[in-house]
Amino acid sequence: MFDFCTDPATLSDPAWFACYLTSGKHLAFYGSFGTVLILLAVTAPVALAFGFAGAMAARSGFAPLRWLGVAYTSIVRGVPDIVFFLFFVIALDQMFEWTRHQVLCPDWDQPVRQGNEFLVCPEAKLPLGSAPQWVHEGYGFFLAILTFAIVFGAFAANVLFGAMRAVPKTQTETAEAYGMTPRQTFWRILVPQMWVYALPGLSNLWMILVKATPLLFLLGVEDIVYWARELGGSKTSTFTYPHPDWRLWYFLGLLIFYLTLTKVSEVLLGRLTRRLSQGQATIGGETLRGKGVA
Amino acid sequence: MKTIVLAFAAAGLAATAALAQQTVRMGTEGAYPPYNFINDSGEIDGFERALGDELCERAGLTCEWVTNDWDSIIPNLVSGNYDTIMAGMSITDEREDVIDFTQNYIPPVPSAYAALSEDVDVASGVVAAQTNTIQAGHVAESGATLVEFATPDETVAAIRNGEADAVLADKDFLQPIVEESGGELMFVGDDVLLGNGIGMGLRESDDELQQTFDAILTEMKEDGSLNELIREWFGEDAPTY
Repeated sequence: MFDFCTDPATLSDPAWFACYLTSGKHLAFYGSFGTVLILLAVTAPVALAFGFAGAMAARSGFAPLRWLGVAYTSIVRGVPDIVFFLFFVIALDQMFEWTRHQVLCPDWDQPVRQGNEFLVCPEAKLPLGSAPQWVHEGYGFFLAILTFAIVFGAFAANVLFGAMRAVPKTQTETAEAYGMTPRQTFWRILVPQMWVYALPGLSNLWMILVKATPLLFLLGVEDIVYWARELGGSKTSTFTYPHPDWRLWYFLGLLIFYLTLTKVSEVLLGRLTRRLSQGQATIGGETLRGKGVA
Repeated sequence: MKTIVLAFAAAGLAATAALAQQTVRMGTEGAYPPYNFINDSGEIDGFERALGDELCERAGLTCEWVTNDWDSIIPNLVSGNYDTIMAGMSITDEREDVIDFTQNYIPPVPSAYAALSEDVDVASGVVAAQTNTIQAGHVAESGATLVEFATPDETVAAIRNGEADAVLADKDFLQPIVEESGGELMFVGDDVLLGNGIGMGLRESDDELQQTFDAILTEMKEDGSLNELIREWFGEDAPTY
C-alpha cells in the first residue's frame, strides 16, 4: 500500500502497523464488511416478500394454495438452520444443474449420479468451470441470499399471518359496509394496519438475521468472521507480517461492529414503531395521542 | 426477487454462449503453511500453489485456485465445485475409497508431537489434532485422549492455552512454529511416519486429468525440478525423491 512497506521486518511499530493494516488480506477483510451489509440489505426485503407471499397463501380461500403456504412455513420453521445450509443449498444447486443438464445436453449418455459423484456435462455446470472466480463468488452469494430468504421468509410468514389476524374485525367489517371488495379490503385496510402488530416479531427476525451471517462461510462466501479468524491466527515468518495469536483483537473488533449494527437497528425500529402506531386503536397509538403527538 | 433471478438467468445464458474453455479449478485449504496459505496480499501461496501452477503450465491448462474448508473439502470435490485437491492431503486407504490420487508429490513425511514441556506423555495425555486427518486417526489409536479442531492453527493455540498437552501434526508445519516460539514450544516423543505421502486428489471419474498430472509428476521427479521445489519450501534437509 505505502512505499515504505517493501521490507516490513525493518520497520518501527507504527509504520509496521500502517503496512500490516493495509495489506491485501486486510483490504479483503474490510471489503467483507460490505459483503455482509449488502447481504443484509438484499436479504431483508426478499425474505419479507417471501413471508408476505407465504402469509397470503396460508390465508387463501383456495385450498391447495393454503396447503402450500402452511407446508412451507411449518417445514422450514421445523428444520434446523445448519441442516438447511448444508443440505438444502447443495440440493438446490444440483437441481439447477440437473435441469440445465436435461435441456443443454440431451445426448449425454452417462448417468448423472455415479456412486457419490454428481456429474453433469460441462456446459450444464453452474457457474461454468471456465467462468472467472467472481462469477463463482457471485453465484455463491446468490445461493446464500436465496437460502436466507427462504428460511427467514418462513418465520416472517408466520409473523405476518398472525399480524393479519390481529387487525380488529370491526375494521374489515366497516370496509365491507362501505362496499369494498375483499381485494380492496385486504390492500387498503388490512395490510396498512397489520404492520404495527407485525413489527415486534419482524424486528426479532432482523436481529437474528444480523447475527446469522457467519453461516455464510458454509456456502463458500468469505464473511467477516472467516477473515477475522484467518487474520488473527498466529503467523510464522513464512508470512510477510509474522505475529502471535491475535484473534482476540479481531473478534473484539467484530463485537463492536455487531453491537453498533444492532444498536442502530434498534433506534431505527423504535422510530418505525412510533410512526406506525400513530392513529392506531392500540395502547401504543393511544399513548401517542395522549401526548398530543399524533 | 424476480429481477435478481432474471439477472442471474441472463448472466447464466451469457456465460453459456461464451465458448467453454477448459479451466481446471484447484481446491485447497489455504490454512496450512508452508503447504498452502493465504499470503498477506490475500492470494493463495505456498508449496502447493507453486507446484500446481507448474503442473498446469506444463499440461497447458488454465488453472484457477479456490479455497474450501478442510471439513467439506472432499464432498465439494465429488459434487463438482472444483476438480482437484492440493491441500497437504496424505494418501490413505480410507480416502482412496472415495476419491482418486495421483502419485505422491511429497514422500511420506514424519509427523511430530509438539508440547510446552519435555515431560508430556503423548501416549496417555490429551493430544490435539485437526479433524479428519491421519494425525487425528493416529492419536485415536494411540490411547491418548484426542481433541479435534477445525483448523491447524487452532490445534497449536490449544496447547498454548492448556486445552491439550501436545499437538500432533506434519513436522514441516510445526517446525517454523516451534523454532519461532522462543523456547516456549518443543518437540516431544518420537516422530511418527503416517500415510503414503501427499498426493493430488481427483474425482474417480476424472481419469484423463489424473493421467495428465501423473505423467507430469513423473517428469518433474525425473528432471529434478520437484526436488528443487521441495527444498525451496521445506529446507535443504527435507526428504526428496
